[in-house]
Amino acid sequence: MNVLNFINAFFSDNAHWQGYDGIPTRVLEHIQYTLMALGIAAAVGLPIGLLTGHTGRGGNTLALIATAARALPSFGLMVLMFVLLGLGLAPVMIPLVVLAIPPVLVTTYEAMRSVDPAPVDAARGMGMAEAEVLFRVELPVALPLILSGLRSAAIQIVSTATIAAYVSFGGLGRYIVDGLYQRDYEKVVGGATLVAVLALATLGVFWAVGRLTVSRGVRRSG
Amino acid sequence: MIRIDSVTKRYPDGTVAVDRLSLEIPDRSITVLVGPSGCGKTTTLRMINRMVEPSEGRILLDGVDIMQQPVNTLRRSMGYVIQNAGLFQHRTIVDNIATVPRMLGWGKDVARSRARELMERVGLDASLAKRYPYQLSGGQQQRVGVARALAADPPVLLMDEPFSAVDPVVRKGLQDELLRIQEELGKTIVFVTHDIDEAVKLGTMVAVMRTGGRLAQFAPPAELLSNPADDFVEDFLGADRGIRRLSFFPSAGLELLTTPIVAVDATAEQIAARGSADVPYLLVTDLDGRPLGWSEPRDLTAGQIEPERLLPYGRPFVAERDSLRAALDGAVLSPTGWAVAVDGEGRAAGVVSQQTIGEAIRGAHAAAPVDAKAGR
Ligand SMILES: Nc1ncnc2c1ncn2[C@@H]1O[C@H](COP(=O)(O)OP(=O)(O)OP(=O)(O)O)[C@@H](O)[C@H]1O
Ligand SMILES: [Mg+2]
Repeated sequence: MNVLNFINAFFSDNAHWQGYDGIPTRVLEHIQYTLMALGIAAAVGLPIGLLTGHTGRGGNTLALIATAARALPSFGLMVLMFVLLGLGLAPVMIPLVVLAIPPVLVTTYEAMRSVDPAPVDAARGMGMAEAEVLFRVELPVALPLILSGLRSAAIQIVSTATIAAYVSFGGLGRYIVDGLYQRDYEKVVGGATLVAVLALATLGVFWAVGRLTVSRGVRRSG
Repeated sequence: MIRIDSVTKRYPDGTVAVDRLSLEIPDRSITVLVGPSGCGKTTTLRMINRMVEPSEGRILLDGVDIMQQPVNTLRRSMGYVIQNAGLFQHRTIVDNIATVPRMLGWGKDVARSRARELMERVGLDASLAKRYPYQLSGGQQQRVGVARALAADPPVLLMDEPFSAVDPVVRKGLQDELLRIQEELGKTIVFVTHDIDEAVKLGTMVAVMRTGGRLAQFAPPAELLSNPADDFVEDFLGADRGIRRLSFFPSAGLELLTTPIVAVDATAEQIAARGSADVPYLLVTDLDGRPLGWSEPRDLTAGQIEPERLLPYGRPFVAERDSLRAALDGAVLSPTGWAVAVDGEGRAAGVVSQQTIGEAIRGAHAAAPVDAKAGR
């Protein structure tokens, strides 16, 4: 099989494991972009999703914004930002964040709305403050769904962060862009494989986080 | 004491859920709000802990307007139990129960040991402490709901149809448990139900509400059954209000006959001697005196009595303790028309005919209805 040969050749070449274009460096860069974009998307999406979900207000507006954001092509947005803002990390981050916010925002909102209203009513009735109701009653139950929103955002970022290479940034996109330019298909396939592996690793990380943070009582009944 | 003083609730959409309602809820007793669906019971209950704010009127707690204290302080002084328990599914049973004590700043260990104490009080096995709500039956969850409401020992308990989602057998168990707990703790309980039987069983006072959120009658259950204020209340009480009223008359005065009772090893002489013209049947008991069934004396052969060929004896009532309703029920269920009375250990204490019970009922009606909640 051609592809397997490419993969084998790419990973067994010692040169690919060292230096500024080595696999560890590129993977690390890719992880950095991902964490940064996911962090920003979560910082924006989680509070808004939690609050709108908790109060039940603004759901329609959210859905509208999310649909609009989804319609934006990431690559096009990056090129536009590049033209507008010039060289820098912002033109890379903006499309990634725009890509990640809708799943985070919408899923968080939906997760909060889907919490059984009875325990929430009981919590208020026993004199719990509103913030406690949100963080101690609703959030623990909504957590699995919220995590799934973050997870799909993370996966999308991992695969889309390859575009950074088009505006001369690093990450795994480097192998793909350079490989295509140099007609070095070994490199292209190697880069794509690394992206896939990173996506799988992301799934693993979220699985572990879920195990650690979601109560057994919620996991088993949800 | 909780005083509801001419309270009206108008929801933003214009629905008048409660209309100029006034009620004096006595301390340390169970007051039941009952009425058809949508008559404003829940709204009334939720105004007491300010989950709903009245549009007009005031609610006083020990003479002080409930609006005077911070809303969460008020709520923490009142236990709140809702229909499906509303347990926190991410917390274990013991932590569910410890919620309010923890909110009040108790240490984790103190709160948990208090929670375990309450589990015992509401009849939950200690082995359930570490389980999650999904691992409990509906009836058990409801017990946890009650325990959680009692955890910080609030003087007031608000209960909104707490037992309506469980089957009749479990419901009866929960009702009996509540009465027992109430006997021990003496809380001021406001209990909402749409089930008039539950209201009559649990209430020291019963407020019957009618659609539109108005009070139809506020009275002790015995009085409700004997003197419904109007057609609405009478209708709501149902067709067998007369029978149910018998719950309030003790069976203690009934004259029990012990002659027509023979043991399974009775001799021919005993069988002959115990049968009489007044009592066409004999009740056969086992050697411990527990009833086995009825038979005509001529069908009994000494030494050859076969328990499985006897007529069923229906449902016995406990002499002295049960009400006339139970006695009448026993007589109606017995194919011979005679009710069997037993003692606390289930041994036959005597038999009584429908006719005798009927006379006792006439006598009881002639006297003033007893208010005591004896014999239910
Ligand atoms: N939040 C609300 N907004 C508008 N109307 C409401 C609201 N809550 C209740 N109502 C209306 O007020 C009336 C009384 O409602 P409530 O829930 O107090 O009745 P209920 O006696 O508890 O009924 P049920 O036995 O069905 O629980 C009903 O007509 C109901 O539709
Ligand atoms: Mg109701």
